[in-house]
Amino acid sequence: MNLTLHIWRQRNASEKGRMVRYEVRDVNPEMSFLEMLDVLNESLIGKGEEPVAFDHDCREGICGMCGFMINGVAHGGHRATTVCQLHMRHFKDGDELYLEPWRARAFPVIKDLAVDRSAFDRIIAAGGFITASTGSAPDGNAILVPKEAADLAMDAAACIGCGACVAMCPNAAAALFTAAKITHLGVLPQGQPERYSRAIAMVAQVSHEMFGYCTNVGECEAVCPKEIKLEVIARMNRDFLKAAVAGRGNGA
Amino acid sequence: MELDAKIPAGPIETLWDQHRFNLKLVNPANKRKYTVIVVGSGLAGASAAATLGELGYNVRCFCYQDSPRRAHSIAAQGGINAAKNYHSDGDSIYRLFYDTVKGGDFRSREANVYRLAQISVDIIDQCVAQGVPFAREYGGMLDNRSFGGAQVSRTFYARGQTGQQLLLGAYQALQRQVAAGQVTMYPRTEMLDLVVVDGHARGIVTRNLITGNVESHLGDAVVLGTGGYGNVYYLSTNAKGCNTTAIWRAYKRGALFANPCFTQIHPTCIPVSGEYQSKLTLMSESLRNDGRIWVPLKQGDQRPPNQIPEEERDYYLERKYPSFGNLVPRDVASRNAKSVCDEHRGVGKSGLGVYLDFRDAIQRLGKHVIKERYGNLFDMYELITGEDPYQVPMRIFPAIHYTMGGLWVDYNLMSTIPGLYVIGEANFSDHGANRLGASALMQGLADGYFVLPYTIGDYLANAKLPKLDASHAAFREAEIQVACHTRRLLEIDGTRTVDSFHRELGKLVWEYCGMARNAQGLRHALEEIPALREQFWRDVKVLGTGEEFNQALEKAGRVSDFLELAELMCADALERNESCGGHFREEYQTPDGEALRNDAEFAYVAAWQYRGDGQPAELHKEPLHFDYVHPSQRSYK
Repeated sequence: MNLTLHIWRQRNASEKGRMVRYEVRDVNPEMSFLEMLDVLNESLIGKGEEPVAFDHDCREGICGMCGFMINGVAHGGHRATTVCQLHMRHFKDGDELYLEPWRARAFPVIKDLAVDRSAFDRIIAAGGFITASTGSAPDGNAILVPKEAADLAMDAAACIGCGACVAMCPNAAAALFTAAKITHLGVLPQGQPERYSRAIAMVAQVSHEMFGYCTNVGECEAVCPKEIKLEVIARMNRDFLKAAVAGRGNGA
Repeated sequence: MELDAKIPAGPIETLWDQHRFNLKLVNPANKRKYTVIVVGSGLAGASAAATLGELGYNVRCFCYQDSPRRAHSIAAQGGINAAKNYHSDGDSIYRLFYDTVKGGDFRSREANVYRLAQISVDIIDQCVAQGVPFAREYGGMLDNRSFGGAQVSRTFYARGQTGQQLLLGAYQALQRQVAAGQVTMYPRTEMLDLVVVDGHARGIVTRNLITGNVESHLGDAVVLGTGGYGNVYYLSTNAKGCNTTAIWRAYKRGALFANPCFTQIHPTCIPVSGEYQSKLTLMSESLRNDGRIWVPLKQGDQRPPNQIPEEERDYYLERKYPSFGNLVPRDVASRNAKSVCDEHRGVGKSGLGVYLDFRDAIQRLGKHVIKERYGNLFDMYELITGEDPYQVPMRIFPAIHYTMGGLWVDYNLMSTIPGLYVIGEANFSDHGANRLGASALMQGLADGYFVLPYTIGDYLANAKLPKLDASHAAFREAEIQVACHTRRLLEIDGTRTVDSFHRELGKLVWEYCGMARNAQGLRHALEEIPALREQFWRDVKVLGTGEEFNQALEKAGRVSDFLELAELMCADALERNESCGGHFREEYQTPDGEALRNDAEFAYVAAWQYRGDGQPAELHKEPLHFDYVHPSQRSYK
């Protein structure tokens, strides 16, 4: 199949970017989307043009490094699929596709389709952990975790930190990402001592990073490649509110 | 050079405890005066950096990805072994030790493996405390599953994403130390050289992948947790960025490289679908519990699988290995898939694939049972191939998955360069010639959380290191070398892309130093690889500049190192005139085609020393002694 791509090209963070049109011929339907871009890049290099920069690493949907918008939808809009796992058989001959980087003030463009998501690391550093220095742990079975809690924690912990939720949100909110971590740790017995201070600290960092506010639109849930549920945001709000009203978490 | 593994004397059960007591300590108030450089942020690197930060050292941690959370440990599916014996099914530290030494085909060090088995139980405790959501039973206790190469249930897991959850646990501990100011994180930064001053590792030279700045970082010790080199094959289950650059450049600065030819092939990966293929995806080995592996009896049979009648199918593993059948170990399953494909009986467009068929299991157990057991794997397969494995058999083919070889380290995990430590997959120490399932995560975390933080203190307390600054000649020289390397790559302006060279190299290494090797093929590869390398340096085309985000330039640097490493792998494979674990030399097999080990002549670690470009590396041997587990021939008939 043949495709027309319009790709956002931007040399670096300070220069202006623009959409550039490329024709890609003989796309094999068995390819992944990123392999199709590899082929485009090989041909660009052959012609002496600079290849398109895009982030990727594991190419099996778990590292969270890849991601861009395809026709306005994060990761291209296939259920539970990162762009590295999206295959060309889902497209048809003659399709015209628009590829843009994640759009959010907190995710500045580095080059072309690659953006800086270090704000996510700072949100985790603010409180997305359980304080448990190496060597201090009791036996694993000394802490009983009800199966429901373990399953719920795992559902939330599946987040890969790709940033699709932010990119798709009309407010560029980081609510789903932040709430997934607050839920993962907050439903486990081990996470209780820091539960409220964690919610306060992480939410404060989110504002500091200039993400927008959550208005429960739900676009994030729709594009999340790991199908994290909106429910986690409700849990975050509850923990945050409790902490803020009761003045809990100020001491930590 | 005399290789001293520094294994303490005494009964194996008490070695580590005694050794820890004998290690010198650094006074808590003095720890902040030391800077430790940790390269890599996977399970080994992140756990080491976090723990060293907790102890009070100044830590600088580097990764090439945009965040430490992305390291490829994240992709491990199955689980992590620990000798907890929570099920009273006969497990023990000794049994885990025994299984690992035997599984490694008697080419690992007993003392290291015993320590690994001992520490395995602490790892689970640590990870639970951090909030890793391990699978639980209804009573709230930890759940276990069984895994290949063991007769007990000792594998802890978090759905099919154990690696992800363990890595996130280590990453969160690391971020806590970043917030505390103990660790400075340098993402999107690649180590391009090791700096050795007066025989001690004193720092690294890096390139900032966004700005291209070449920088020196000084430290009192350097720790490499930079993973394996499976991408030398181009197609592997590794992430695209995984590379050998850090350990290779340390090798060229004097660290010995051990057993480079020990590479592991995983039998159940999704086959290659075309020339554009960029990586391979693994399907959990557990599928072989219910799937039956077969190929058509006739050569070149193009009929769809469902139209091939039972009597024209060859269930070759069941035929050749009646007692283990489809559950033979990884190396045996892989080699047999290759040989049926070599007979032109492979399936799929490329002919490089075999069927893994669930038809009989679905008939026997019902679709719902299969869905419950393997639903997520079936979904993944369908996502990638577009075929429904409930209807048509899966196609699978072996792929490179893990490298047991790596930089040589002693019992303290220190390389032959004082002050240079190597942890996780980057070192060679614990898996011998073959790694058992669910042991990679165990080793990465054992090294990072529980071994290195002790042993490095002993080095720092004893080493009298002079004060340095980055103006030291050794740093200047390394920076210039890095800058020259980059400039050379950009100035060639040839006609071929980096990927085209990488693909060609991968095919060579796969063909001659992959699942099966022989002297003639290895000699051929040893002629082809230098020729390809010469062509690379004459004809590669890298656009752009070194002062910007330039992914092709990054790749070019990594491939230039793979082009050198490949030669060492072949030299090592040629030198080892026996078959063991993942290293199968066709000349050394039993009459019925099984690996033939030669303990009398080859029970040693082959550690190679760099002797300059164009010079053959020099081989040093560390003899292996088996005082507890006595070498025996593996048989799966």
